[in-house]
Amino acid sequence: MKASKNETIVQVENLKMYFPITRGLLRRKVGDVKAVDDISFDIKKHETLGLVGESGCGKTTTGRCILRLYQPTSGKIIFSGIDISKLPERKIKDHRRDMGTIFQDPFGSLNPRQSAGGIVGDPLKIHHMASGKELKGRVEELFELVGLDPSMMDRVPHEFSGGQRQRIGVARALACNPSLVVCDEPISALDVSIQAQIINLLEELQEKLGLTYLFIAHDLAVVQHISDRVAVMYLGRIMELTSSTELYENPLHPYTKALLSAIPIPDPAAERTRSRIVLKGEVPSPVNPPPGCHFHPRCSLAIKECSETRPPLRDVGNNHYVACIRV
Amino acid sequence: MAKKTVNTAPSQDAMGVAVAPPKHSEWRRFARVFFGRKLYLIGFIIVVILIFTAIFAPLIARYDPVTNDLPNKLQGPSTEHWLGTDQLGRDIYSRIVWGTQISMEIGFAAVFSSAIVGILMGLAAAYFGGIVFAIIMRVTDALMALPGIILVLLIAGLGGRGIGVVIFALAFGNIAGMARMMCGQALSVKQNDYVMAARSIGMSNWRIMWAQIFPNAFPPLIVGLTMGIGGVVLGEAGLSYLGIGVPAPAPSWGGMVMDGQGYLLQNPIISLAPGVAIMLLVFGFNMVGDGIRDAIDPRLRGVL
Amino acid sequence: MALLDVQNLKTYFHTEYGLVKAADGVSFNVNQGEIIGLVGESGCGKSVTILSIMQLIPSPPGKKAGGKVIFEGKDLLQYQPNGQEMRSIRGSKLTMIFQEPMTSLNPVLTIARQMTETLELHLDMDKSAARERGIELLKMVGVPDASRRIDDYPHQFSGGMRQRVMIAMALSCNPMIIFADEPTTAVDVTTQAQLLELMKDLVTRLNTSLVIVTHNLGVVARYAQRIYVMYAGRIIESGPSEAIFSDPQHPYTVGLLNSVPKLGERHGERKLIPIYGLPPNLINMPPTCAFLPRCNAKIGRCSKEPWPELRVVGKDHLISCYANIKGK
Repeated sequence: MKASKNETIVQVENLKMYFPITRGLLRRKVGDVKAVDDISFDIKKHETLGLVGESGCGKTTTGRCILRLYQPTSGKIIFSGIDISKLPERKIKDHRRDMGTIFQDPFGSLNPRQSAGGIVGDPLKIHHMASGKELKGRVEELFELVGLDPSMMDRVPHEFSGGQRQRIGVARALACNPSLVVCDEPISALDVSIQAQIINLLEELQEKLGLTYLFIAHDLAVVQHISDRVAVMYLGRIMELTSSTELYENPLHPYTKALLSAIPIPDPAAERTRSRIVLKGEVPSPVNPPPGCHFHPRCSLAIKECSETRPPLRDVGNNHYVACIRV
Repeated sequence: MAKKTVNTAPSQDAMGVAVAPPKHSEWRRFARVFFGRKLYLIGFIIVVILIFTAIFAPLIARYDPVTNDLPNKLQGPSTEHWLGTDQLGRDIYSRIVWGTQISMEIGFAAVFSSAIVGILMGLAAAYFGGIVFAIIMRVTDALMALPGIILVLLIAGLGGRGIGVVIFALAFGNIAGMARMMCGQALSVKQNDYVMAARSIGMSNWRIMWAQIFPNAFPPLIVGLTMGIGGVVLGEAGLSYLGIGVPAPAPSWGGMVMDGQGYLLQNPIISLAPGVAIMLLVFGFNMVGDGIRDAIDPRLRGVL
Repeated sequence: MALLDVQNLKTYFHTEYGLVKAADGVSFNVNQGEIIGLVGESGCGKSVTILSIMQLIPSPPGKKAGGKVIFEGKDLLQYQPNGQEMRSIRGSKLTMIFQEPMTSLNPVLTIARQMTETLELHLDMDKSAARERGIELLKMVGVPDASRRIDDYPHQFSGGMRQRVMIAMALSCNPMIIFADEPTTAVDVTTQAQLLELMKDLVTRLNTSLVIVTHNLGVVARYAQRIYVMYAGRIIESGPSEAIFSDPQHPYTVGLLNSVPKLGERHGERKLIPIYGLPPNLINMPPTCAFLPRCNAKIGRCSKEPWPELRVVGKDHLISCYANIKGK
């Protein structure tokens, strides 16, 4: 299921999400956490766009802005032709029907006092898409779709295993036939041997239902496996954006290279021949990020200009975008 | 053995999904912890007896609690008057029984009404945050600064007396505590991803508050509510002892303690009996509260 | 002669749902200067094994149920968990690094206090010498501005830095063996690379042994010389790192390797092969192989006979399986 049509489903333009830091009784603003700092990208119909980066890079915030769980500071989010970034809360509801979300923590993302069937049926009820017998039938259908036994509908989440809970989360996300599904670290809380079950499920569902995914994760190997294109984020900005094959075979940004080399491969022979770029220092705080390119203090290629101006995300051909002046 | 085994071959469908692990009964665990401790069990029995007494007071009492019988005043225990009679010749046992009803009425009514207001305030503060949170918290501060006793004196001064006033005053004093407790619980529940998930599917604020946050934030509050009943009854006894509680001749335990004060040497039972009743009630509800806390505290899971 | 020889170690837990055999006959050994990987999913008993060696299992509900832990010719399990002998070994000759350093560092004491305490206790150093040594150790693990930062509190350090502090503390008494329990699970991948490189350099330089406990096969592939794979409280495969990764013989190990996406595989090139079913919970286990319900290589014997003993399938390469899946 490659992006056959080049129809864009989501277009993000100059998205910024700053969380104010306030102090004292009068809530005086003393600074901003620049979680997402002016990023642009688009998601095409039927594709999987991977969003990868380390904790605090703004990938989850980006996903939540697109879902309008956060009100972006500035920028546009064009979803199915409409800019939803400034829509008031009551108007956003209709768009939420077209977006599904899968959360990271299969234990925290399901209400422990609601039955599995109730959780999956909620979106249908809220959007008045089904009720009564029809609702039950649809929930059963969804259970079967994600590989759960419909007879377990009346059980509460803690009676399911982690992998099964994540399937409930998937079923909930798909309940209203959404055109976009935001998967926020959907497998990182699961046991190693269970992760593959969920990845395969997501792939199968995409094929069957023609879904579009925004796949957010910190594990580049997983993201690369499931995504058509991958955006690498660092401190609120996109550093590199290209097809997942190109990203592995021809990474251009020094951060991407370091990230790739840091991922351990379960193969001692390959590990021994591989050169490893160990980054110096730590990720700076998003409250006070370095000037110019955010990565320059840790970059081995950095020159004076890197600390002066922000490098634009530029096209280097072959649909490969990179935000670095040194490549 | 094999029957009990949890990890017998899971039946799998095409997608390799195993059936769910067996149902762990929450209630069984609750009952095991709760009834496993003698003190909790005793507390529970006391509470059950008290509730039973309150409901069936007309059947259990042997005399009318307010009719005077001056010729038979200040008698000691006998087969006719199990606990003797007071200074007006009223049967102490019957007055205690009827007093149970009054105490329970006040206890439940005050706690229940304060809980409703407090829960609404706490939930709203926690869910909306920001300015709503700030305002509600300042209101609770103000409420906490105003002791119930002053409130009763105020209303009494304005000419109001009776059970309703006592309930109102005691409930009023309880609201702030309830609101704070609810707010704290709701704030921690709100952190869960399922609240975010509910928003992401377009659920309304009202529904998120009641269907998602409340059911998860409420159970720990049961402890506070249970213990609150003991506290309220104690408060009522205090007010009645001061003569500003339930007006005479209604058989209020606090009032009975005061009545007997002048006759401590002749017939100490007049004061002692209601005193013991108050003590048992408070003890009972506190034990039940402790038991519930132990039984539902997830941190004690596996230890108890 | 191995430095540490764990023989048939058994640790059981009594829970309200039944007996949990968390470690059920674990045997392995560690030689001087060696890096060992102990791999398995959550709940497989890998952490329990390490904690049992250190005698840090709370009892009750835990119980030593048998086995020997031979270290320097003596069986550690014969010592009282809180006795003089055990305390003199724990924290000095055998040390631990935990997954989440924030919970294993005391939040109200400065790093200096926490570091010097062990030094004064185990090495009989005086205050100023201990402090000097503490600064030296922090420098060694790459904490910048060590002489100033030693007076900071744990929360003033980032996750990666805290883990460096933990490593420094683990090294402080010149240990023989360091047990690192998921040392990099709580940190990001670039920090993980930093920490792993650091640990490898340090143990090679100091000729210390390192046991890395992890669920991530990739983490140990680069560094460990020998690997033990655990499942449901037992070692199910062990051998030299190359053998485990290039020629795995136990269906579980094979399954684990096939179920993770490999870096550089083209999108859509290969479907992952998951291990079906669920990891067992260890209550009232049947006597047969615990992997049997999930196994795709099972043969007739598997359901009739008890859990197979470890058998040799290559040089230093052992598996606990009746089936022969070589060539698959």
